[in-house]
Formats: sequence, structure tokens, C-alpha cells
Amino acid sequence: MIEGILIGLTTALTLQNILMVMVGCFFGTIIGMLPGLGPMTAIALMIPITYGFEPATGLILMAGVYYGAVFGGSTSSILLNAPGVPGTVATSFDGYPMAQQGKAGKALAIAAWSSFAGGTLSAIYLLFMAPSLSKVSLSFRSPDYFALMILGLTAIAAFSSKGQFLKAMMMVVLGLMLASVGQDSLSDITRYTFNNMNLTDGISFVLVVMATFAMSEALTIILKRNDPTSAAKQVSLTELGSIKINKEERTKMYKTIPRSSVIGFLIGVLPGAGATIASFLAYGMERNVVSDQEKEKFGKGSVNGLSAPETANNAACSGSFVPMLTLGIPGSGTTAVMLGALLGFGVQPGPRLYMTNPEIFWSIIMSMYIGMVILLILNLPLIPYIARILAVPKNYLIPLILFFSVTGIYVMSFNNFDIYLMIGIAVVATFLRLYDFPMPPLILAFVLGGLMEENLRRSLLLSNGSWEFLWDRTLTACILATTILIVVWHIYKTFKRKN
Amino acid sequence: MNINTTKIISLLFFVFSAFYLYLAYQIQVFTFDENAPFNARTFPIYLGYAGLFFSGLKLILPDPNTIKVEHKNLEYKKTGILILIAIIYGATILKVGYFLTTSLFLFASYYFLGERRWILMFLLSFPFVAAFMYLLHGILDIYLRDPFLQSIGVMG
Repeated sequence: MIEGILIGLTTALTLQNILMVMVGCFFGTIIGMLPGLGPMTAIALMIPITYGFEPATGLILMAGVYYGAVFGGSTSSILLNAPGVPGTVATSFDGYPMAQQGKAGKALAIAAWSSFAGGTLSAIYLLFMAPSLSKVSLSFRSPDYFALMILGLTAIAAFSSKGQFLKAMMMVVLGLMLASVGQDSLSDITRYTFNNMNLTDGISFVLVVMATFAMSEALTIILKRNDPTSAAKQVSLTELGSIKINKEERTKMYKTIPRSSVIGFLIGVLPGAGATIASFLAYGMERNVVSDQEKEKFGKGSVNGLSAPETANNAACSGSFVPMLTLGIPGSGTTAVMLGALLGFGVQPGPRLYMTNPEIFWSIIMSMYIGMVILLILNLPLIPYIARILAVPKNYLIPLILFFSVTGIYVMSFNNFDIYLMIGIAVVATFLRLYDFPMPPLILAFVLGGLMEENLRRSLLLSNGSWEFLWDRTLTACILATTILIVVWHIYKTFKRKN
Repeated sequence: MNINTTKIISLLFFVFSAFYLYLAYQIQVFTFDENAPFNARTFPIYLGYAGLFFSGLKLILPDPNTIKVEHKNLEYKKTGILILIAIIYGATILKVGYFLTTSLFLFASYYFLGERRWILMFLLSFPFVAAFMYLLHGILDIYLRDPFLQSIGVMG
């Protein structure tokens, strides 16, 4: 492991990669501060730029964007009560009241230090857990992988759908259907191409991400007459005050951070759960464990109430890399985008990544830590200035997002058809978004579609067409039982809410 | 059953899934693969049934969280124009080239979204695209096809 850490450090600490983390964190913070434009859009917009890089560098850039976006989301949560990303909603519960009391700078500092500590601790957990999990996952067989993908898709549908589980499942099926277009991987038989040569290789992952996130978000902003940059204009005018944290506040944070980081990391590791659930759970748990006197302060500017979700959401970001790096199965929409980008680089994440491409595996882990340091040193003092950059009118922002989307597809294929297809998918996605059909399940399903078919094929062929493979192995049966539990829990929750 | 747009979308998805399933059964597989436990049409068939199942459930079950969209408040005109400009951009980018079409696309988009600060519009289109092209093509070595710049000798 020491050797791996050194390889990772050597790769991550090159001038180019440090620069990439800095650019990624900076750009991510900008996008994360804009309500509506989350880390997935930020990462999608970065894809064309990463074409010219080594895989490790490209992924380091995207990882930097991811942390930056989460940090940016916290900033708008604290200063404006307008979370830039869902994972920072719980941050606003105590961050915004604190800012209203004239302690905006302090709230940002607590958030930044908690994020830093959460990220650092989870990077350490990842450091120890990922290699062991990689070794364990070598014993995974096709039925286990298939069951794990079913679990991931069900979980993301259950957790991202805001009570609209069926809509999310429809999006999962749509994502899998889009992934089935093109040549069958084994027999080379073409499917759903309608004799169009442009579809023979299937629909590009970048195209689907750009269409369903970047482009459709831009169109939704125009369609709904939203102005995400108005929030940034207010941030640039906000007086931040002191960013110093006193001893009493630090003592409170010392207790909160370790427990919230464990919750965040474990939730992040679970397929489909992610930063949003982690932050809410950590907030809820923190309220239960603090003294009655401190409990009274929750919702009114509590240090514990702010520190817990911030620690947990950053820890969850790192945790979500575990299933992607060790199993090749992304746990969230954001890591699904990264997985797609990795596949584009010709790198197959999974248990063998640890052995075949140690520089990628370890440099991502190491760059996480560097990313946290950069966020703390550079971004915190720069928040008012970043906000000023952001105060560009949406009349400029929207065309620029469209421009990045089209460029991404153009440099990839030099093909008009792909641009038309992207616009078509973006229009449909915009319409579906209006009626609350979630897009992350579609992306995850699209990324997993090929792998899922491959593993189902192997499982069915090995079991001679029988579905007994689903309960033949204990591991497969356990994973499927967890899936069923998630569905039952979700149905129970829906009924409870109705009553 | 209360009919709302979500139900109509579910109905469309149901029809789409039925069509997808029909096409799945039409996928030509090799003769020796016809009765294999898994062939090129197996997964699409399952997906077709899954689509029918979930959209069917959405259609049948009551929908307590009905989403109401105020169509009067939506900006259809500007969105439509923006999509049209993007289509024209897509249609011309290969023939005319990246630099000119992208710059014109950005300039036209700013204009139709209501921007009238001409100098800023210009700076954020032509010079901006040139700088971005330099980043991609010159620094990152990503090939950008541009017949226009090639014809005037700017690009090799």
C-alpha cells in the first residue's frame, strides 16, 4: 500500500495535476454556487477539455470539480438559503440563520473546515478500505455483479425520486433502452439503429450526459424564466464578517466531525445513496446526540448543526468513489459520469484497476486530499470574488453552456447527426424535468446498461437459462434481499406519508 | 382516473415501450443462437416488459403528487428560438467550420436572449471562441475541423 500511496503522490503532485485540481475546484465552486447547476453539469462540461489529458489527469480534474461544486453549493446555502446542490440542503438549516446573525464568514469557515476534515477523514478511510475491497471484489461473479447493478439502480431511483419512485424507475428503463442501441457486444448484431450508420456504435455517453444535464438545464432555466446568477449577485454584495472560529466552537466541531464523517462515508459507499441522504442523516443524528441545551440551538445557527451535514456530504463524495473504483459500479449519478469518462479513456474501473492502473487508482485518492487543501486555502478567502465572476447575466451563461455542450460532441465525433440527436434528447429531457422525472437514474442506467447485459448474459448462459442464479450464491441472494428491502421500505414510507 | 400530463407522459412511455418490445422481437439473431438462453434480443425484451410494467403502474395507480405546470409562465418563444439556433449551428458547423459558426451562434444567442451590449457580445463570441480554440487545438492538441480557417490559411 505504501508503494501505491507513493505512486499516487508522485502522480498527483506533478505541476500539471496540481493545476488541474486547482482549476477543477475553482470551476466546480463557480458552478456549484448556481442553484440548479450541480456537479454533474460541471463535470459534463469538463469532458471535452479532458480529451487531451492522461486518464489520471482527466479524472483528477473531474474530482476537483466535484468537491468544488459541493463546496460552492454550501456557500449559496449559507449565504442565500438557496442550495446549489441537493447535498447541501441540510447545510442551510443552521448555516443561513448564522449568516443572518451577521456571522456569514464564520459559517463559511465552519463549513469549509468541516468539509476539509470530513474529506480528509474519508480519504483516509478510502485509503484503507479500497484496496481490501478490491481484493474482496475479485471474488464477485457475474450474478453478484448483476444483482449489485439492480441494487444500484433501484437505490438511486428510490433515493433521488422525492417520492416519485415509479417515475424514477421509468427513467432507469429509458436509460437502459438508450444503452441498448447499436451493436450487440457479443454477436455484433445491430439493434434499434433503423439502418442509420451513425447509430451502429450506439449512442455516445457524453452525448447523453450533455443532453440530459448541461443542455437541458440551460433550456429549463430559459423556459422557467429562472435566473441562477441572481443568487451570485447577492453573494458578491454580502458582508461576510470575520472567518475566525473560537475555541468553544472548535471543541464542538471536534466531537461532531469524526462521527459525521463515518456516517457520510458509509452512506456514500452505498450505491445510490450519496451526499444528500448522508447530510440529512448526519444532521438528524447530531441533533439526537447533543445536549438538550445545544439541541435548542438547532435550526437557529448551531455550530454542530452546520458542521455535521458539511462533514457528511464531503465524506460521502469520497465514499461514492469506493464502488466505482473497486467494483466498476458507480454509486451516484456524478460518479456515473466519471465512470463514463474513464471508459472513454479506455480504462475499465473495477477490482483490477488497483493492479493494472495503480497510478490512476492512487492518484485519485491522493488528489482528493490535495483538493480539500486547495478548497480551504484558496476558495474560502476567494468566495466574494468568485461570486463577482458569477454575476454574469444568464443571457451570457446559457449560450456558453450550450456552446460547451455542442463543442463536447463536435470534437468527439465531427458529426451533424450527433448534434441533432443531442438537441432532440435535450428537448425531451427538458419536458420530462418540468414534470419531475429525475435524470440521474437515467444516466446511471445508461452507463450500467452494457455491463448489466453482459453480466446477465454470462449468468444465464452458466445457469443454462435458469434464473436460479439469483439465489444460488449467498452473496447474490443477500444483495437482492437488500434491493427488496429498499423497495419495501420506500413503499412503506410513501404509505406512511400519505396517512 | 384523473388525467393529467404525468399520466399522458406515462401513456406515451407505455406506447413507446410496446413499440420497443415489438422491435426487440424483430431483432435478427443467428440461427444457431435462436434457442440459446441468451441472445441479442433477450435483454431488450426484458427491458420492453419492464417499461410496460412501470409505465402501466404509473398509469393505473393514483397520483397524489400531481405536478401542475403553469404553461402561461413558461418562456416557449425564447426557448424555441434557442433550439432553432442550436439546430442551425449543428447543421453548419461541419461545412463552415468551428470558429465562424460557434462565434455566430454565441452572438445570435446573446441577441435573442435580449442582450444589447454589443462590445461585450462581441468579446464573448469571436475572441472568446478564438481563445478556446487555441486552448483545445493549440495547447491540448485536440483536433478541430475548420474549413473556413483552413481556406484563409489560419489553420494548417
